[in-house]
Amino acid sequence: MNELDQLYQQVILDHSKRRIGSPLVENTEGLLHGESHQHNPICGDQIRVRVELNDQDHFESMSWEGDGCSISMASASVLSEMLPEMTKEEFLDKLEIFREMMRSKGTFEPDEEVLEDAAAFVGVSKFPARVKCAMLAWVAAEAAMFGANK
Amino acid sequence: METMTGQPEANVSLSAVEVQRIKADFEILEHQVNGTDVVYLDSGATSQKPRCVYEAEQHYYENANAAVHRGAHTLAVEATEIYEEARETVAKFIGARTNELVWTSNATEALNLISYSISNASLGRGGDAAARFRIGPGDEILTTEIEHHANLIPWQELAFRTGATLRYVPVSEDGSLRYDLIDELVTEKTKLVAFTHVSNVLGTITDTQRFVDAARKVGALTVLDGCQSVPHLPVDVKALDVDFMAFSGHKMLGPTGIGALYGREELLNAMPPFLTGGSMITVVDMEHAEFLPSPQRFEAGTQRIAQTHGLATAVSYLQEIGMDRIAQWEEHLGAMLFDGLSQIEGVRVFGPSDARRIGTVPFEVIGVHPHDVGQYLDSRGIAVRVGHHCAQPLHRALGVTATTRASTYLYNTEDDIQALLDALGSVREYFGV
Ligand SMILES: Cc1ncc(COP(=O)(O)O)c(C=O)c1O
Repeated sequence: MNELDQLYQQVILDHSKRRIGSPLVENTEGLLHGESHQHNPICGDQIRVRVELNDQDHFESMSWEGDGCSISMASASVLSEMLPEMTKEEFLDKLEIFREMMRSKGTFEPDEEVLEDAAAFVGVSKFPARVKCAMLAWVAAEAAMFGANK
Repeated sequence: METMTGQPEANVSLSAVEVQRIKADFEILEHQVNGTDVVYLDSGATSQKPRCVYEAEQHYYENANAAVHRGAHTLAVEATEIYEEARETVAKFIGARTNELVWTSNATEALNLISYSISNASLGRGGDAAARFRIGPGDEILTTEIEHHANLIPWQELAFRTGATLRYVPVSEDGSLRYDLIDELVTEKTKLVAFTHVSNVLGTITDTQRFVDAARKVGALTVLDGCQSVPHLPVDVKALDVDFMAFSGHKMLGPTGIGALYGREELLNAMPPFLTGGSMITVVDMEHAEFLPSPQRFEAGTQRIAQTHGLATAVSYLQEIGMDRIAQWEEHLGAMLFDGLSQIEGVRVFGPSDARRIGTVPFEVIGVHPHDVGQYLDSRGIAVRVGHHCAQPLHRALGVTATTRASTYLYNTEDDIQALLDALGSVREYFGV
């Protein structure tokens, strides 16, 4: 696979079109809700992410609305699929692994058991200018989680 | 075509052979990107530099480096000479007198210089001589919807600081300026009109006369953003009849870190300074200071000497080729771009089809985000700009958040354009659209 094909793996192109979790959904009664709006000022990509958590600190859902490149949109879609039932701690652990992968300049060997479809983003780490695109939804989900309340 | 003296005729476009020869002066264009020769179509952001420009900088550091306008030793004298000769060369290039050219780091600083000098005048600095620069509540500043942020935000901020109101000339759906509204928008309240000579997004050339005539009628100052015109077209500030013009060296084959502000002599000499400190004064006591006339008044602190020398070398290089010939070549490339892009299925070109333009064309590949288009092109060695190109309001007016922009310069060949057109033919297929 050449570098471009590693960047745009089929999983990513598919998710960029399926956009799981988009558009935003209304808040469910009784859950904790958090929302975050993140911008990438360099290219104008933007995303609004909403997360819902239950009283046991488990994610119930992530929904989002955004405008951006295939990498940023696919990343949001993948995360929306992964997040339900995860605990806060599990999410923060995976975020750390994802971040490490993004900083690896292509040397990281992702564990698909842990990162699921997000492992496909390993190719992005060879393109420093695109790392922000892949991180956007994760950063938004993290901010939304920390701001969540009833 | 050659004349009897062997000189190419002035009014004839560069030939493909000459462009190849020019291209050979640019070391970087021989670089390989992703396994192919780089096709550089991002000169609107910054131009590449010919060897002579950085060799001139090196020569300066090896032979004449010293602080200018300070000290009597030989090196200081030589450095000062180089610095002032550069000013003369660049001033002549735009049809200005030598003392009408103020060095700045770039166009952004030049535009902020005017904005802050006007603020200072509005606070009473500069006394009666600077009265014509004072603005306040009830006064208006006029700009346009196509401006680069550098020719918008300094005026927004000036309005906030002084209480004046900022207004703008909007665009039509296709991005062309609503010239028909200028006479309505320029009134007795208008104190300053700031507009671009060439749009950095659309590549379209502004009918500057419309703005200048309206401003003159009410005695408003005119500020021209020459960032995208001075590198690509013959520009004569006296013929344009504007009061100020800002431009950047790095977009016209020069080094980064150097740009200039043109201002009419009588205006610059009446305007209070923006940055203050060393090298811009005559007499200083503990309470106050007297300022030098222009241009020194606006050049506080140790200056960018190697960069001015590099820029003057770039200007001589351009002059030797001839700006009218460069402009014709780029008009040809621009038309090839505009027509070629318009004919690709699934590609939408922005901007009016009947306007005069330089070799700058923005477009979108329907269904593929500009960032992805740029990445795909990069994999084939083609460098273009993607994003809002520091003109968010214009993009909003065009109904998009981002575009892909191809922009040429004198070293671009027809093959470069063809490489872009060929690559774009397969983008949608790659992304499964
Ligand atoms: C039309 C226009 N104005 C102003 C600027 C700002 O130039 P600089 O960043 O060199 O100050 C640019 C460059 O991007 C431009 O294209």
